[in-house]
Amino acid sequence: MEQNPQFAGPLVEAIDASIAQPRSHYVLFSHVNWRVAAGEFWVVGGSQNSGKTSFLSTMAGLRPAAAGTVRHFGEDLSRLSEPQLLRQRARVGFVFKGGGRMFAELTVAENVALPLCYHKEWTEEEADPRVNAILEATALESEADTMAQGLGWGLQQRVGLARALALNPEVLFLDEPLSGLEARDRQWWRAFLKSLSEGSPLTEGRKMTIITATNDFGLWESANHRQGVLRDGRWQLIGEQANRSDII
Amino acid sequence: MLETASPTGLSEPETAPVHRAFLRWAGHKIIGAKDDVRGMGAFLLITLSVALAKFNKSPTVVRPLIRSQIERAGINLLPMITFLALALGLVVIGQTVFLLHRYGAESYAGTVMASVVVRELGPAIAALLVLARVGTANVVELGTARAMGEVEALEALGIDPIHYLVVPRVIGLALSIFSLTVYLIMLALLSGYLFAFIQNVPLRPGEYFRQLAAALLWWDFILVALKTLCFGTLIAIVTCYEGLATPLRLDEVSRATTSAVGKCIIGVVLLDALFIFVYLVI
Repeated sequence: MEQNPQFAGPLVEAIDASIAQPRSHYVLFSHVNWRVAAGEFWVVGGSQNSGKTSFLSTMAGLRPAAAGTVRHFGEDLSRLSEPQLLRQRARVGFVFKGGGRMFAELTVAENVALPLCYHKEWTEEEADPRVNAILEATALESEADTMAQGLGWGLQQRVGLARALALNPEVLFLDEPLSGLEARDRQWWRAFLKSLSEGSPLTEGRKMTIITATNDFGLWESANHRQGVLRDGRWQLIGEQANRSDII
Repeated sequence: MLETASPTGLSEPETAPVHRAFLRWAGHKIIGAKDDVRGMGAFLLITLSVALAKFNKSPTVVRPLIRSQIERAGINLLPMITFLALALGLVVIGQTVFLLHRYGAESYAGTVMASVVVRELGPAIAALLVLARVGTANVVELGTARAMGEVEALEALGIDPIHYLVVPRVIGLALSIFSLTVYLIMLALLSGYLFAFIQNVPLRPGEYFRQLAAALLWWDFILVALKTLCFGTLIAIVTCYEGLATPLRLDEVSRATTSAVGKCIIGVVLLDALFIFVYLVI
């Protein structure tokens, strides 16, 4: 896979982008301008049904922008062919909300190994060390041989995280990862994402760029993140933690 | 303008809405069929281009998937195809040879066998069995995967859903239907002779197989291979298209399955008719 780890500009950039509802022309947000630099940790806030998932999916390149430009690593996603887009997506991790969308017929370990075997053309044995390291880091090693679909909601979400980390992406998007979790699990997620953003053995010491959505900024109270909010069809940057309690 | 006396004595305006409703229904069906053909044609071209472009990509993932499809659509169906081959031998071949013997036309046995079993029934039965057992499962699996967001999850991981989900099914079903057809034809011809033998038809094995060999030409083998590969590709493309191409909710999966079965049967019959035309031309 061709990668350019030396890329110095914003890893994710939206220029005057419009974001529509999936399979519809209804525009949720227009004139979105946003730059995400390497190593930044962003929290994207918005109320329920405000369009956070559409916003995140578009910024992650899973859906095209209705208008304007979305760039990853300096490349305009609308100009990439489907194979180029798929290659680009391998550099960006995405954790879906509500159980992480497991592959039903695969075990937890197979879910994590799949992107490695597909992109790096490894056998399962070759993928094992990386898979084991990720499962250990995400405290899933005891569930390695369990069918992913059989796990509880919170653990499925964690498998989604482990699977997204398999290819050691440069940017990680998370769609409401703390929703519906117990306090102890929320604490685990915050600490784990913090370790990724500061550089961990899983990221080979590189500070991972993280963008997470939330409907409650209070869940991210203790951390120091950059923040923006989706409200009334607009994307607003709200600076470092300050003055966002009156927004959500 | 439409008001003309009808044989029933009813004036035309009373029946016209029925006609209009029928025409509207037929029009919708024709336009729908045209859209389906166009969509499936595009889907086929995309699948073929992905299969060629990624011929040797990710073998550690794709080859086990192809093997699993062959196991599912081929090996697992061997008991059922054996039963059908024996039934075919009994019902068609045994009866035909017996009837030909009654009219002193044993010398046509090979020609009839080649036409009925090798060119027509063998490929069609294998295709319909695979459609019933595996094609329907394809729609349910892919429709559910789509509805549950697994396809989007594949895309998020940079995995081409066509390469991962469709190409193995196309290759697996095409090879399986070809192999099952060869197996079914051989078993049916053998069992047919055995049933004829039990009915005391004075046809020596050597004569029976000499007639078969004389009736079968080299292009029969090529056309049977081509036909079965086309049937497999058609069934895989239609069932994958129905499962994947349109966004589905879970409650729509059953409708997509019945729709796929209907379209596959129509497609198999039309393809078969095309091959009959090729046989006539050759």
